[in-house]
Amino acid sequence: MSADARQLRGRVAIVGVGESDELGRLPHKSALALHMEAAHNALADAGLQKRDVDAVFTSGRNMANDVPEYLGIRPRFIGGTQVGGCSFILHVEHAMAAIQAGLCEVALITHGESGYSRIAMPAPRWGDDSTNSQFEGVWGTAGPSTGYGFLTTRHMHEYGTTKAQMAEVAVATRKWAALNPKAFARDPLTIDDVLNSRLIAWPFNLLDCCLVTDGGGACVVTSAARARDLPKPPVYVLGSGECATHQMVSQMPSFDRWDAAEESGARAFAMSGARHADIDLAMFYDAFTIVPILALEALGFCKRGEGGPFVSGQRTAPGGDFPMNTNGGGLSYTHTGMYGIFTIIEAVRQLRGECGARQVADARTAVCHGTGGVWSAAATMIVSTET
Amino acid sequence: MADTYTGPIPKPTPETQPFWDAARQRRLVFQACDDCGTRYFYPRPLCPACLSRAVRWIDASGRARLHTFVINHRPPRNYPVPAPFVIGIVELEEGPRMMSHIVGVAPDPQALRCDLPLEVVFEDITAEITLPKFRPRTDG
Repeated sequence: MSADARQLRGRVAIVGVGESDELGRLPHKSALALHMEAAHNALADAGLQKRDVDAVFTSGRNMANDVPEYLGIRPRFIGGTQVGGCSFILHVEHAMAAIQAGLCEVALITHGESGYSRIAMPAPRWGDDSTNSQFEGVWGTAGPSTGYGFLTTRHMHEYGTTKAQMAEVAVATRKWAALNPKAFARDPLTIDDVLNSRLIAWPFNLLDCCLVTDGGGACVVTSAARARDLPKPPVYVLGSGECATHQMVSQMPSFDRWDAAEESGARAFAMSGARHADIDLAMFYDAFTIVPILALEALGFCKRGEGGPFVSGQRTAPGGDFPMNTNGGGLSYTHTGMYGIFTIIEAVRQLRGECGARQVADARTAVCHGTGGVWSAAATMIVSTET
Repeated sequence: MADTYTGPIPKPTPETQPFWDAARQRRLVFQACDDCGTRYFYPRPLCPACLSRAVRWIDASGRARLHTFVINHRPPRNYPVPAPFVIGIVELEEGPRMMSHIVGVAPDPQALRCDLPLEVVFEDITAEITLPKFRPRTDG
């Protein structure tokens, strides 16, 4: 961590967040329309107008061209980093750098995917001559549902992590979803329900896997100085970090830990100066039940191999001592494809005290953390009501 | 094989053609860097560790271990191998890792374990493409 990076602590804030008007199964809305609704709602939340926006960040093929046109914005700073679901957490860091450099002042970060209905979605990415197809697709892989399992199996072998521990995450997250009217899946769930759901790709059963939904999300980032003049309390970015180690899962450097997240997490904590005990809320991208378990280890909330015991006994559920994924997560609230933006939206709402039945009491500091690709990229961000 | 294979058929690039040519000859090859010593898979024209151009092809022994695995119950449409089947990350005796199928063993977590000793076997899927798969090693 350089001294320069530490100077970024608390210099920008998230001032507006919003989802698309609806989440779930939306065959009547295209992916870009979902971006647009989310952008509208985040700007309204921020008390800003579209004309105030001078930077647009988004993710997905061609989206850095498509979104500004669709929204009628002529940005002077464009961010199109696409490393999968955590891209939007990285975008906050990139917006922070651009704002601090004077290249823009108000950054709009948008996401929209018709993940279930597939309305106006880009075609599949890889041709038969890609490295992915030649060295992975040929083996009948099924994207993330096979890719995320390789680390899981090795982690079980090295540390004794169990499927019952993984199921604890699904059950706890469902309890939070029951408190969120916007969540897609709200019926109670038991450990046995998860273990007895049909096999997708061992070690994952269906209820170890995130939802497949349609929806959009957006947030607005500006300087801390400007944020103080806006109607809602600013949520300051205290620290952030990013890392990428591979693209194909077979190139992952190690299968018993999450290297990219260990690096992104260390950078975010170093920039923020926060201690783990300061964290009131964890928003960890839960593409599969194993992912938050590995995030806990990689970010240093427990040691390598101790993530399974950490989540046992419903510790992350409502009433537990470690509130995690209080919106209901990708497992039960929504998972459009690239879920990362929703970790930011929920963290901001919790820190503002807007979460009603699921509100975490006295939440002041939160960590958002996401995965991109197949454990490929990681982004970590620490946000707080105070600088 | 040939016209009847319904799965995805790898289409080599100039950089990967030597690997697929070798597989056709029942040889499993990887690359090594003469400057820094790194051994790597998949094929690339410069060393991914130090970007040296002094890289060469090496024949693997075919002996390996099962580093980790999944058992896929939902394969892509028309995939020719009946589900469930085992996809492994295989660690060659020489060091590099690659994805492959694990055959000759039940697709059951009770029948498999990480670090299981393996050996390569070859399966022709078209006139041009042969796949290196792995099975449990009989000599321990």
